[in-house]
Amino acid sequence: MNSQSASAGVAAAQNTPRAWSIEKRQRFWGWVFLSPWIVGFTAFTAFPIAASLLFSFMDFKIGEEMHWIGLKNWQTLVTDPITLQSLGVTIKFGLIALPVSILFPLALAALLNSKQVVGKPILRVLFYMPYMVPAISGVFIWQSFLNGQTGWLNRILRLIGIVDPPNWLFDSAWIHSAMVLIGLWGVGNAMLTMLASMQGVPTELYEAADVDGAGPFTKFRKITFPMISPVILYNLVLTTIGLMQYFVVPFVISSTTRSNPDTNFINLHLYRTAFQYFDMGYAAALAWFLFAIGLLLTIGIFATSRRWVYYSGGDS
Amino acid sequence: MAGNSISRSVNTSPFYSRQLRGFTIKALITLFAFMILIVYLLPFGNMVLISLRSSDMLALTQDSSIFPLIPVTYSYEGKEYPIVEVPTDNGVQQWALVKKGRQASQFVDPANPDAGLIDWDGNWRILTEVQEFSPYFDNYPTAWEEANFPRMFGNTLVIAVTGMIGTLLSCISVAYAFARFPIPGKNILFIILIGTIILPSQVTLIPTYAFFASIGWVGSWLPLIVPHFFANAYNVFLLRQYFMTLPRELDEAAMIDGAGPFRVLISVIIPQSWAAIIAVGIFHFVFAWNDFFGPLIYLLSKPELQPISVGVQIFNFQYGPHPELVQATSLMAMVLPLVIFFFAQKVFMRGIVITGVEK
Repeated sequence: MNSQSASAGVAAAQNTPRAWSIEKRQRFWGWVFLSPWIVGFTAFTAFPIAASLLFSFMDFKIGEEMHWIGLKNWQTLVTDPITLQSLGVTIKFGLIALPVSILFPLALAALLNSKQVVGKPILRVLFYMPYMVPAISGVFIWQSFLNGQTGWLNRILRLIGIVDPPNWLFDSAWIHSAMVLIGLWGVGNAMLTMLASMQGVPTELYEAADVDGAGPFTKFRKITFPMISPVILYNLVLTTIGLMQYFVVPFVISSTTRSNPDTNFINLHLYRTAFQYFDMGYAAALAWFLFAIGLLLTIGIFATSRRWVYYSGGDS
Repeated sequence: MAGNSISRSVNTSPFYSRQLRGFTIKALITLFAFMILIVYLLPFGNMVLISLRSSDMLALTQDSSIFPLIPVTYSYEGKEYPIVEVPTDNGVQQWALVKKGRQASQFVDPANPDAGLIDWDGNWRILTEVQEFSPYFDNYPTAWEEANFPRMFGNTLVIAVTGMIGTLLSCISVAYAFARFPIPGKNILFIILIGTIILPSQVTLIPTYAFFASIGWVGSWLPLIVPHFFANAYNVFLLRQYFMTLPRELDEAAMIDGAGPFRVLISVIIPQSWAAIIAVGIFHFVFAWNDFFGPLIYLLSKPELQPISVGVQIFNFQYGPHPELVQATSLMAMVLPLVIFFFAQKVFMRGIVITGVEK
């Protein structure tokens, strides 16, 4: 937008026939520089999305002739107990994981934004650090930490008097809580963006609230939260999409312990369908199903956002 | 006397006590923050201490110590005897247990072996062994060789660095287009670009895989590298935001001097944007280092080409009964990303903030 008006300004200033050709030339070069993305978007995004939909109506195994089978994959999808179960597991886990993935970084950010804390730079780096740990290392580290016998978590729990702490990753009742704990190492980006957003809240707002005698809790609810709500919205959407792609943790846990229906997350189910049973057509139907759910959830979140997200500079 | 009463009146003044209270609150909240941090990072401690045990020490039960300990022994007349704590009239003594007996045992005092055997009444089984802290570092070289870390490192570096070059070339180019050129429909294109951030990756997975399979790229590095030569939303967004803050006057001055768009990019835009470019380079490097799904589907059957993420997973799956090796590989796999992060944390975190907050 800016660039258009600026180059229009240049063109008007020169006001010669050559000015037109500059404008045209600029446009040409614009497309040239944009072309990697145009090609990439077409080849690796737009075309595969369409092809996925097409494949979902096919019986398609790699190396075999594919043929049209109409709605059969979709019929399987709505009746297949394993698919429905994996959807249930994902939703059930999401209901715990989603609030934690917003509230925990929010609390950390509030703590790091407090005027009362000394040593903020070092705290910020160290709280962010686990996010840099490769997911695969992270899962093995946590697996050891959560070990029922020797893991530090249960040692600590026994130390503080809990005689029989759960065997986290082997107990159906606790495995999802354990995975939420593992997920705590993935909040770095959310914490950092929330913190930066909090630091951008104008101090006059807090001063005015002080004059009115507002306490810290009221100030957080009435000033901080509305002012950072766009960042919370952004993180909420990303976490929701991330939940549908949740893979490394359940994959490793279900391959090193016993295979467990509690770790049959939808994306793992899709992976197994495509790359262990080689049923690409059905996997494409699953992928499109997930895409549709993701789209609906995103639209849903944006629809509610009118009520709780506040944009200080008009719409964004 | 007078001085004393003055200082006392200062001490109890409301100003002083408010200041003291302020410091106390600060100290308490800071302490609280650091305690949360320690709890948050506890799994690292668990990892390090497990990786420092030898497999002999790993009689892993809940009663075993968290530290790598070995029993202390004393050699007496050519044989090794364990040192135990013996309660005596002169307090607890650390003696070597030479002859075990149910009613009475014989010991030797390492400090004074010439005194000969000492008799002690009581059951030796109640005595506790003396142990010493003895970290066992051999797990690291063992895992390094068994898992073939040099090969995995090499593979990961090639994948990460070539992909990084592709990301930088393409994202700089596309961001430059969005920041500086009058492209018709630019706003809509930009919204589409940003929209791909919330696209679940599975929806493009099957056709992309089928395509790479049909041209024979499955089982090679190419599917993990080539797509990065076509730009991605996060990095384009970050670079575009950065480019837009650069003053246009310099571009225009260069153009008046006869510089074409490529010249402007190379000699005006890029030299001013190193912070953002380095951030994007690190983002990609760390992404490629940590990526698991891509190598899993494209390189599962090719151990010689696997990067660190999948290689470590397969190794740890096979060596599951050896937690000390599993923890050692987990640590070695994360060293490089963490070192890069600590050296570049300012640039890195600034980049996260730009992509996360400004949208």
